[in-house]
Amino acid sequence: MIESPEFLQFRGTEDYIASAPLVDAVNAAIALERPLLIKGEPGTGKTLLAKHVAEGLGLEFEMWHVKSTSKAQEGLYIYDTVQRLNDARFGDGNVADIRSYIKLGPMGRSFSADKRRVLLIDEIDKADIEFPNDLLRELDEMRFTVMETSDEIVAQHRPLVIITSNNERELPDAFLRRCVFHFIEFPGRKLMEQIVAVHHPHLDAKLLDQVLIKFYWLREQSQMRKKPSTSELIDWISVLLRSGVSVEKIEAHIPFLGALLKNEQDTEALDQYHERGGRYPSEWAELGPRYNN
Amino acid sequence: MFLNLFYELRDEGVPVGMQEWMMFLAALEKGLHGSSLRRFYHLARSCLVKSETFFDGFDRAFLKVFEGVEGELDIEPQLLEWLEDAKTFEGLSEEQRAMLERLSSDELLQKFLQTLAEQDERHDGGGRWVGTGGHSPFGHSGEHPTGIRVGGKPRNRSAMKVAEERRFRDYRTDETLDIRQTRVALRRLRHLTRSGAQSELDLDETVDETCRNAGEIELVFRPERRNDVRLLLLMDVGGTMDPFYEPVSKLLTALHAERGLRAFEAWYFHNCPYELLGRDARLLRQDAIPTGDLLRRLTPNWKVLIVGDAAMHPAELLEPFGNIDPRRMTETRGIDWLHRIEAHFERVVWLNPELPELWDDAETVRLIRRIFPMFHLSTDGIEQAVKALIGARSTVH
Repeated sequence: MIESPEFLQFRGTEDYIASAPLVDAVNAAIALERPLLIKGEPGTGKTLLAKHVAEGLGLEFEMWHVKSTSKAQEGLYIYDTVQRLNDARFGDGNVADIRSYIKLGPMGRSFSADKRRVLLIDEIDKADIEFPNDLLRELDEMRFTVMETSDEIVAQHRPLVIITSNNERELPDAFLRRCVFHFIEFPGRKLMEQIVAVHHPHLDAKLLDQVLIKFYWLREQSQMRKKPSTSELIDWISVLLRSGVSVEKIEAHIPFLGALLKNEQDTEALDQYHERGGRYPSEWAELGPRYNN
Repeated sequence: MFLNLFYELRDEGVPVGMQEWMMFLAALEKGLHGSSLRRFYHLARSCLVKSETFFDGFDRAFLKVFEGVEGELDIEPQLLEWLEDAKTFEGLSEEQRAMLERLSSDELLQKFLQTLAEQDERHDGGGRWVGTGGHSPFGHSGEHPTGIRVGGKPRNRSAMKVAEERRFRDYRTDETLDIRQTRVALRRLRHLTRSGAQSELDLDETVDETCRNAGEIELVFRPERRNDVRLLLLMDVGGTMDPFYEPVSKLLTALHAERGLRAFEAWYFHNCPYELLGRDARLLRQDAIPTGDLLRRLTPNWKVLIVGDAAMHPAELLEPFGNIDPRRMTETRGIDWLHRIEAHFERVVWLNPELPELWDDAETVRLIRRIFPMFHLSTDGIEQAVKALIGARSTVH
């Protein structure tokens, strides 16, 4: 029996700052009993979200980390033939009982659990293109059959399925149609300040301002081949703090550019810009309205 | 209900089907949009749009359908319908329903606009309902799903503002070229075959052989699967191609980063390939190779990608001695070289950085399109081009 999801409502947790639309998307997925597909740039906290949804709802958490070699079947169960063969050869274990060689995968476990769980299928785009399609029926009906034993595993409590994708490849349409979709936008100025504060709690406000202005300015450059992301920003601040560069220097330059830009052509382009006498902004006002609301 | 939104979305090229639409209606039925237009906007987007590349299209469609909600007087009829819908909502008390009946649509509209105007002045965001104070026709304290609240919580932008900003323009794949997405598209340039050293354990065969061997383990190896695609890039440089430096260089970056290809070569030309191709964009004579040699050396299964705007003086394409570089007089016409390339290779596609709506303005583009399938140099175009190179052969160019 599947319990009514009506009274489950996610509101965010203390450590995880979720935007209002994200909270709504999570609740829509719960109410509609659909998987929630989360996309977003690297470093926007996609994977973390599922953990905190579980925490916020007081549910157990199950994670399925997908790799390029992952098969849909593995998420349901694995029949450990090698172990069985080994046991047969050396007379160990209960070879006659196939069930003791059936091991449930993350999806199987969240179906058979006696409490509702949050199931994270992380980086689904890493696997083969057919992978999501192979899960359609299981996600729809929340049941599957173990072929070797003809046992049917039916979800006692429909798990809340959260799926993340890094856009490594397109997902099949049939799969997309079933999902509630949310795209986590790159953090804006306010949110980024909070994120930085988690990693560098006692950062000088003036320094933070300069660092963020340069960071967002770089991201705004459309010719950029690889935009710096949150983790690069955090690393860059670490480098700046350790080297003790003065705020004045950061106002006029971008020291330790290598920590932010990982593409040689980007670095070169910026060097050339600097040589031509191009200057870097040091005021928020220079960045346009998106950063000044 | 809001069926216009459905059709506008489809007009904008957002792939919305009935399944998504039914999901959206189910969500509305459950009242998941709460009481604000902003939440309505996000709910619609979550249910109807499944890729950020269509967010911009969604914003445009949403604006078209719900434009009136911004507070202009010519409110779209959809909004009125929406207001009407509220009257039939079951969660209303008798008193509220009676009050709703007394209000004509016009009055509702007036009050709605008034609220909008007030909020603009006071800038306190949401919290106020269409109607007056605590006697909102749409219910109390934000509980009723069909109520309309203008704006949202303080500091949250309204749906219209969000839609109007068109922040997701950069994610469009039909107008822009993103290196990451291009790489995703290029990754399809794959034709996996097994050849070479036997280095991979073939598990199925191993199990079979082991069984035949009465349970004694017998290991079976096979060659690894590898990509068999060889790609030749021919690129137009200089002159009319200069404005397209950015998208072209992004394509090059993505191509050079693509390590999965069996082989990759790039040669350059100006306007049209003639008897010589340059080793790099400078087109130095001493580095050039004869086009004929290239055709002899490369087998027909090389995939060919030609990048150029295909726009030139017709004589450059159609006349003998058409090459505008005076040092390179040659009798063979440009179009003949194109035909030779087409005849030699199994798959050739042309990527044009110019906007597709301008293609037919130039006679030479029209002619070249008859020889090669032509695609726009955008992420979508590259994806189609890759499909044309690798997928099932289509009969229509």
